[in-house]
Formats: sequence, C-alpha cells, structure tokens
Amino acid sequence: MAQRLPILLFALVMAAIPFVPGIPPFWIVLLDNIGLAALVAMGLVILTGVGGLTSFGQAAFCGFGAYTTAILTTSYGLSPWLSLPAALVVSGIAAVILGLMTVRLSGHYLPLGTIAWGISLFYLFSKLELTGRNDGISSIPPLAIGAFEMRNPNAIYFAIWLAVVLAALITVNLLDSRMGRAIRALRRGHIAAESFGVQTAQAKLLVFIYAAVLAGLSGWLYAHFQRAVNPTPFGPHAGIEYLFVAVLGGAGHVWGAVLGAGIVTMLKEALQSYLPLLFKNETQFEIVVFGILLVALLQLAPNGLWPRLLALLPFKPRGPQPQTAPALPARAHDTASTGPLLRIEKARKQFGGVVAVNDVSFEVGTREIVALIGPNGAGKSTTFNLVTGVLTTTSGRISILGQDTTDTPPQKVVRLGVARTFQHVKLVPDMTVLENVAIGAHLRGHAGAIASMLRLDRGDEAKLLAEAARQIARVGLTDQMHQLAGSLSLGQQRIVEIARALCADPILLLLDEPAAGLRHQEKQQLAGLLRQLRDGGMSVLLVEHDMGFVMNLAERIVVLDFGTRIAEGTPETVRSNPDVIRAYLGGAA
Amino acid sequence: MDTTILLFLLQDGITNGAIYALLGLGLVLVFAVTRVILIPQGEFVTFGALTYAALAVGKVPGTARLGVILGLVALAFDLFAARNKLTVRTVARSAVVYAGLPLAILGIADAIANPQNPPALNFLLSLVIVAPIGLYLYRIVYQPIAHASVLVLLIASVGVHLALQGLGLVFFGPEGLRGPPISETAVTLGVLRISGQSLGIYAITLTLIVALWLFFGRTLYGKALRATAVNRLGARLVGIRTSLSGQLAFLLAAVIGAVSGILIVPVTTIYYDTGFLIGLKGFVAAIIGGLVSYPLTAIAAVLVGIVEAFSSFYASNYKEVIVFTLLLPVLVLRSLAAPAVEEDHE
Repeated sequence: MAQRLPILLFALVMAAIPFVPGIPPFWIVLLDNIGLAALVAMGLVILTGVGGLTSFGQAAFCGFGAYTTAILTTSYGLSPWLSLPAALVVSGIAAVILGLMTVRLSGHYLPLGTIAWGISLFYLFSKLELTGRNDGISSIPPLAIGAFEMRNPNAIYFAIWLAVVLAALITVNLLDSRMGRAIRALRRGHIAAESFGVQTAQAKLLVFIYAAVLAGLSGWLYAHFQRAVNPTPFGPHAGIEYLFVAVLGGAGHVWGAVLGAGIVTMLKEALQSYLPLLFKNETQFEIVVFGILLVALLQLAPNGLWPRLLALLPFKPRGPQPQTAPALPARAHDTASTGPLLRIEKARKQFGGVVAVNDVSFEVGTREIVALIGPNGAGKSTTFNLVTGVLTTTSGRISILGQDTTDTPPQKVVRLGVARTFQHVKLVPDMTVLENVAIGAHLRGHAGAIASMLRLDRGDEAKLLAEAARQIARVGLTDQMHQLAGSLSLGQQRIVEIARALCADPILLLLDEPAAGLRHQEKQQLAGLLRQLRDGGMSVLLVEHDMGFVMNLAERIVVLDFGTRIAEGTPETVRSNPDVIRAYLGGAA
Repeated sequence: MDTTILLFLLQDGITNGAIYALLGLGLVLVFAVTRVILIPQGEFVTFGALTYAALAVGKVPGTARLGVILGLVALAFDLFAARNKLTVRTVARSAVVYAGLPLAILGIADAIANPQNPPALNFLLSLVIVAPIGLYLYRIVYQPIAHASVLVLLIASVGVHLALQGLGLVFFGPEGLRGPPISETAVTLGVLRISGQSLGIYAITLTLIVALWLFFGRTLYGKALRATAVNRLGARLVGIRTSLSGQLAFLLAAVIGAVSGILIVPVTTIYYDTGFLIGLKGFVAAIIGGLVSYPLTAIAAVLVGIVEAFSSFYASNYKEVIVFTLLLPVLVLRSLAAPAVEEDHE
C-alpha cells in the first residue's frame, strides 16, 4: 500500500490542476506534453534503468502507435477507441520482432542497434505512401466519449494523465512482484538469476515489449492530441531525448520519468522563449544549450534527480513486507533411490589451451557434506559452474540422481534441486535482503507479468515472501531483512546468498567459500546450520579455504590441484596425504 | 544490367565507402582508447568541410572562435581540477595548450584568410582549426566522467552532438556549402574517369588504416593506449597517462573527421547537419567490425558504400532505410555467435 498512496495523491493533484482558477491554458498544453513524454520515459525506466537495456529507439514505437491509429481512423473510419488496441498490438509486435533481433546483444551493441533501427524506421515513416511520406497524415478525429469530443488541450489532459497514472500503477505493481524481481536482477548479470530459474532472455523481451507498448500508447494519445502526425517526432533525435528524460529523472525510478519529463519539457519551452532574447538573431542556440545542459547534468548527477529528491525525505520508503501465508509445497524428496545424488565422471573444461578442470570424477551422496578444496586456481569454482550449467563441459559426464545433466542450462539444473552461492557475491544491491532471497523461490511461484501488473498475484506473492522470510530467519538475518543487500557486510551478503539458495528448496546445496569474511562465532553458527540441513535430508558440496572449518564439518574431502583431483577421503586421510601437503606447501615439503 | 552503370555505381560506392571507412576507423580508435562511442564524429566532418569551404571564399570560420572558447573552458576545468597542486610549470603548460594554441590559430586564420589561397593551404589550416576542438571536448566533457559506464559516456556523446550541430548552424547558416577540389587532375580508366580527389581519398584511407593498424598492433605506445581502455586503473599503475591518451585519441578522431569532410565537400554539398548521417554510416561499418578491428571496419565500410550506391540507384527513396537495416542482420549474427558471455558490466 505504501507505494500506492503517493500514486493516489498524485492522481488527485493532477485531476485538480485544470480547475485551479486562472491557470493559463498554455500550462495545460505543457502538462499534456509532459504526460506524453512521461509515458515513454516510464517504459525506458523499466527497460534501461531497471533492466539495464538501453534503447535510443523508443520514439519509433511512438510512431507505430501514432501511425496505426492515424491510418485506421482516417482511411478506414475506425473509432479511436477501437484503434487503441490495434495501436498497442502493432507497437508490441514491432517490439517482438526488433526485440528478438536486438535484446540478446550485450553491452554497447544494444544501444547502437537501437539507433540503427530507430533511424531506419524514421526514414520508412517518411518515405512510405501508407504513412503519407514527409507530410504525414492529418485530420485525425479527436477522442470522444459520446457527444463529448476532446478537441482542446483541456479535455484530452484527463485522458493523458489517466494513462500516466495507470501506467505508473501498473509499473509499480510489476516491479513489486515475482517477475519484477527477475527483471530487477537482469542489470547485475544473468548468471545468478538464471541459477534460480529465471529465463533471462524472456524477461528482457518482456520489458522490451512493455516499454514499446507504453510508447505506443503515448503515440496513440499524441495522434489524437495533435490530430495530425508527421515523421519528425518519431525520429532519432526524439528517441535520444526520451532517453535523456529517463536518465535525468533517474532511470530506475518510476516517478523519475515524470520528473524528468517535466523538467525537460519545461526547459525546452523556456529555452525557446528566452534564448532569442539573449542572443538577438541567433535562433538555434536552444539546441546548443540543451546539449550543454545534458552534459553538465551527467557530470553533476549521473544517477538522475529523483534519488536526490528521495534522499531529502524525512522517512525512507519501505520495501515489501512479508505476511503470514500458507507454506509453499516442499519438493517431493526422492528417498527411494540409493545411488549418488551427484555424480561427476571425467569432467573436463578447457579455456583455449588452459585445462581448468582435468577429467575430474567424484560423487556426492545423499545426506552428506563434501568439501572441495585446493589452492587458488585449482578449478573448484569452474567445477561448480560445470555442475550448475553455467559453463559447458569440454568432455565428461555429470548426472544428478541418475539423470544426465551434462551441459543442461542452469534454469533446468535448479529444477532438479541444485541451488548454489557464488564466490563473488551476486546479489542485487539496491533490492532488500527479503527481495533478494525471494528470487531464490522464483520457480516455486507461478504468477506471470500480467497477473502482477493487475495485482492478481498477491496470494502467490505472499507465499514467496513468507518463504523468503522463513529462510532469512533460519540463517539468522531477520534483523537485516529490510535493509538493502548492498549495505550489508560481505560476510552477511554471503549468508544472504545461502538463504536465497535455501529458498529454492534444494536437495543439493553448492556453497562457494561460504565462510569467507565471517567471524569465528559466525562460522560456528554456519557449521551448525549446515549440519542441521544435512540432518534434514540435504546434501552440501562446499568450496572453502578455512581448513579448520572444513576439517570439522565435512565428512569427505576432494582435493583439486591445477584442475586435477589429487586426493579424496575423510578429513584425517586427506590431512596426511603427501600429495596434498605438497600441493599446499610446495615441492620441498 | 549495363556494365557501365555497374562500374559507375561500384566506383561511387567505393569512394563513399572509403570515407565511411575513415570515420569508422576514428570511431574504433576512440572507443578502443576511451570507451566513448563518438556520436559527434559526424560534426567533425561538418566542421572540417565547412571550415574548408569558408576559408576557400576568404572568410574566417566560426570554428576558429569555437576553438578559443572551448580552449578557455578547458583551461578553467584543468586549473580547477588541479587547484591544490598547481605549479608554474603545469599552469604554463595548460595555458599554452588550452589558451595560447587556439588564440594563435585564430590569429593565423585571421591574418592569412584570402580567397586566393591555394586549396592545400586551406586544407592544412582547416585541420589545424578543427583538431584542437576534439582535444578540448575530451578535456571538458569526457575526462571528468572517464570512469563512468559506456552508457553514460554514450549519452554525453549525444549531448555533445546536439550542441555541436546547433553550433554548426550558428556558424555556417542553414544553406549548404561546397568547396573547391584539392586537385583537378583525373585519370581515365576505360569508361571510368577517376578524379584526383577520389584517388586522394583512397590513398589517405589506406594510409590511415595501415598506420593505425601498425600503431595499435605493433608499437608499445599503441598497446598502452589499448590497455587504457580495458583497465584505466591498471594502466595508470604501470605509468600510462590515461587522460593524455584520451585527449590524443580525440585529437586524432577530430583530424580524421575533418579530413573526411574536406575530402567530400568538393563532391557533395554539406549542410550543418549532414555530418550526423555520414558519421552514423561510419558507425554501421565500425559495428560490423565489432568496434575492434581496423581492417574489418574498412572492408565493412566499403560494403556499406556499395550497398548505398546501388540502393540509391534502384530505390533512392529507401536508401537510408536499406543502409541502416543492413546493420540488423549483422547484429543478429553477432549475438548468435557470442551468446551472453557478459557479466557484471556496471
């Protein structure tokens, strides 16, 4: 509720503005334009700020929305209300096609790709007979409800801002959900999210389509606001400006889109009105000053203005709260099978000429704690990555409960009940501990994006958060549950990763250096927890450098050196093995 | 198809492609050293072309004044950034590079601007006027945010592009300009008449490709510049002056842009906003080359030029659509070839 109250308040204020006596009609026009830009920027907030996908091409999606309704209402006499779904669907389909081609691109290729198709589509709009070439399409009918026609800026104002408020509500709902957490995890790399079953490619495509549909909605409104369309507002410069709006407002914050749209629209207006006074005949300083301001703002506030405003608030906005909810169904444990839980046979991984893992074989049984040790660079983490499907094997075979999982993608491995932590912590720093841990339960929830937007996911969501809270309590971090993950100490972040892994209800837990950065007391607690998990039926495979910790905890130890298994056995036998001593202490020992 | 038309289109495509190759090289160079995606490369083209055209009619171009203004702003930035450790030597160095140099250039331009000047002199003077603009831009815009993400740098580039394009309009007006060719000679090869101008374009492009390739692949300093892009901190720790290498890259990019502009302004009318589109075609080539390979970029650029020449003959309305859509299959291939190897780029 805490996130929805401001939206209600905002809606009331916006609804009241046109009724303020003596408000200049020109302000309403300005507000109309702000609303239109805010809609597009809101899509970019999700796409770029949250999902980490930069697009310079959003203006082209506005174009799809605007031209669709322009053509359908003028050439085919369709009602604007009927062309609305068509406009959204056309923008969405365009996004699917372009998204399939571009969202898989990593790094800077994606923004460059969006510039390319942004320009390409702009020229297409300005050359096609269907879209009226450079002249565009005019005499588009106004929006109308019965006899009430929204011909003036005052009337369409309500349609525009209703759309903005609804979009904000839906966006906030989406972000605060199972799919929302998956989207928010994208920006920090794929591996952690995929290890808990998130289909990252699908999640990226989803935000891409969502942003395009919002832009299409803005285009549809624009067409009926201006009652005419031409290619200029859908060109590459407009696309750049939308991204600027989102970055200025604070990409990553829904309200940053509205703030950014307000500032940029008013700034442009002010530049257009006042600059000619400063520079007598030079009319084109507007764009120069605009460019300079853009650069200056990036240097002064690279994270945008909204976070700065938030920091001024006397209270901090709270993240989602767990409520009591029925427990999630536990995994059906396969108690009948007697074979090993995990079997690695001659697994090999080569990076070019380097053999990181050299035909390593070992097994992990049920209810067993096995440690994988070895000097730095011995191939321990690489072995983890092979087991969890993050890396593909060069040769060899890996199976879980008798099922071959060699080169199975991480999303499938976690379904079999294998959950892991990472040597380099992979949490989303600007999400709370609770939200981070809930990502672990991704596969145990079912609510999709649309259900989340419409808030139909609450039952599912409550169960997930309750489960996350339970696992946080289990690892003893209840007091930190509502803090941002990035604010915790590194040792605590490792424990959060364990809670996240437990949330997946695993039968095999892979822990990569869980005790690093913990104090003695905390290590004792961790060892206690792991024993308790084992007694509850879970197996643990851990990589650890703290020998005291390992020797006291593990039932069996596998030693790797330069990618090769050099010893395996109980802690006592491994401790006295001459090869192990040589690997750790050097040849002279 | 008529063989003559085919040959003409090929020749046209190769000539344009050579220009795109030059620009693509500049983009790769800047990206390799600074991680900046240099959208304003096109403005260097415009500035070079229009500065040359203005000098040809004996006018002192506005870009010379822009150099002075940017230089003074850069000087202020430099002195402010080093305010706690100023020495006479550093202040003198900054004053010479950021104030003395552009003022001297403006003075020279003022003194020798004359419609009777030989094209070669104007060519050199144009380069000297435009080149420092690149250096100062790096100092003012990019050096303070050199550690920022590629995205932030990219958006900053967009801001620079907007500002420079607006300034282009202020300096040179909305009408397009043409300049005199640097050389009037021509070679006849069968049905084709190859102008000295085109030959010059080929020669300069080839020389630059080979030079850059050798510089970055073979020399220690070139390798040091590449190291800067990969890891700024590491490069600084081993003694590479990262801000200097960034300034150098931008200086080179400005020179490359200006040379391209001067080479095409006798053939094509250049408007204040023409550069943007030309620069973006250089981009298409640079991206096809993966933003790393100079030879691949050059080959891709020639391909872009040829595709453009043919599409302007057969479907002139859709020329730009075809050229920019060309990028999409390339990007798809790239993404299929290298699936999701990213991690933690923030």
